[in-house]
Amino acid sequence: MMLVRHIRNGTVVDHIKAGKGPGVMKLVKGDTEDPVVLAMNVSSTRHGKKDILKLENVYLDEDTLDLVSLLAPNATVNLIKEGEVEEKRKVKLPSEIKGVLKCFNPKCITNQEREPAEPEFKVLKNPVRLKCKYCGEVFAEKFFKNVQKP
Amino acid sequence: MSWEGRNIISIDEFSKEDFYRVLKNSEKMIDLLDKGTPLNVLQGKLMSSLFFEPSTRTRLSFHAAMKRLGGKIIGFSDPRTSSRKKGETTSDTIKMASAYSDVIVIRHPNPGAAKLAAESAEVPVINGGDGSNQHPTQTLLDLVTIQQERPPSSSDSNIDGCKVAFVGDLKYGRTVHSLCTALKNFDTSFKFIAPEELEMPKKYKEGTDYEETNELELSDADVVYVTRIQKERFPRPSEYERLKGTYVINENVMNELKDDAIVMHPLPRINEIKSTVDSDPRAVYFKQAFYGVPTRMALLAMVTGALEEGELI
Ligand SMILES: [Zn+2]
Repeated sequence: MMLVRHIRNGTVVDHIKAGKGPGVMKLVKGDTEDPVVLAMNVSSTRHGKKDILKLENVYLDEDTLDLVSLLAPNATVNLIKEGEVEEKRKVKLPSEIKGVLKCFNPKCITNQEREPAEPEFKVLKNPVRLKCKYCGEVFAEKFFKNVQKP
Repeated sequence: MSWEGRNIISIDEFSKEDFYRVLKNSEKMIDLLDKGTPLNVLQGKLMSSLFFEPSTRTRLSFHAAMKRLGGKIIGFSDPRTSSRKKGETTSDTIKMASAYSDVIVIRHPNPGAAKLAAESAEVPVINGGDGSNQHPTQTLLDLVTIQQERPPSSSDSNIDGCKVAFVGDLKYGRTVHSLCTALKNFDTSFKFIAPEELEMPKKYKEGTDYEETNELELSDADVVYVTRIQKERFPRPSEYERLKGTYVINENVMNELKDDAIVMHPLPRINEIKSTVDSDPRAVYFKQAFYGVPTRMALLAMVTGALEEGELI
């Protein structure tokens, strides 16, 4: 049905809620020079419309998958090796996120130069929000929708 | 369970039992202060008083508390004279103070600094205010004030059964949010009185028995907690000018109040409570400031292990 070609080696992030694809792409793409394909508003039997992201020769680590779950809590991730789906899994919203995101509050102690405080968030659900364990601020999606892989 | 070594960083870490214990031990300290008994429970102990931003009232209150217990104090009250000026991190300053003293009190402009301090120190840390984040000892002394100044009740505390009216800037007021959070551990109802622009955020109202209004109507309140409305909170100065006289406690407002109600304010006040009200026995804001000392005495004695289960040891 699709103009999107199959990939031989890499990652397919499927069942991203329609419209969230660009954010997820920005998040996971990193500095890869291999092909990255984003398909938007694809009809899905399960969820109406969805976005699909294919990354050739890229495998995502656990920290990155945690970040994907913030934007696309229902996404599935397929790891493709030699044209076969080697592993299929659902992303899972973690209860906390540590070390991968900076706090969005510039005054937060974690953003002060040379202070040894590693940013740490409690993940609040429905809707997904992040509460900084240091400054106590709660951040809605508008803050983390544009995050990039550190 | 002993509190020895415990950090006092955020009011969110307090259980109902914790609040009762602070109320009980603070009362013990109030009795001792009333009797004039000289205390030496913290004799030979040192408190580091690290004020990375100035706060005269909080600092004096902590110092009075430590000295009343027979302890001594080292530290700084102004970051311009401290090693911070030379580029030392907060974390390193805390580590140094931790090596010198038995307990640390920190005041800091950056939110989250108190948690970092607790992680950096080997001795207990008490948060004396970290930016917009937390100021737990203010909330505890507010609870102690209600417990002490409200008539004795047959409930577990004199706080239970109270209708607490918050007046003023309920949107940005840290003290108000923190006290409201703490009061959810008691059987209280709320009345939130604020201009539309400064209403109480939803997350604090959730799960409480409350009413909300922008009329200063206090005849059914048992506790009135007044805060300052700041000009900077309004996009247009005209809005501020229109509202600034609306939430002022004067003699007429006091006439409407119940005989056993109390009026509190975290101080300093500007003009939201008229000084002509000060002599009214229901105006307890100066007593409230005094209760900061016994409350902090109780906390210092508890975290250093000198006070357990309400007994001085
Ligand atoms: Zn933060």
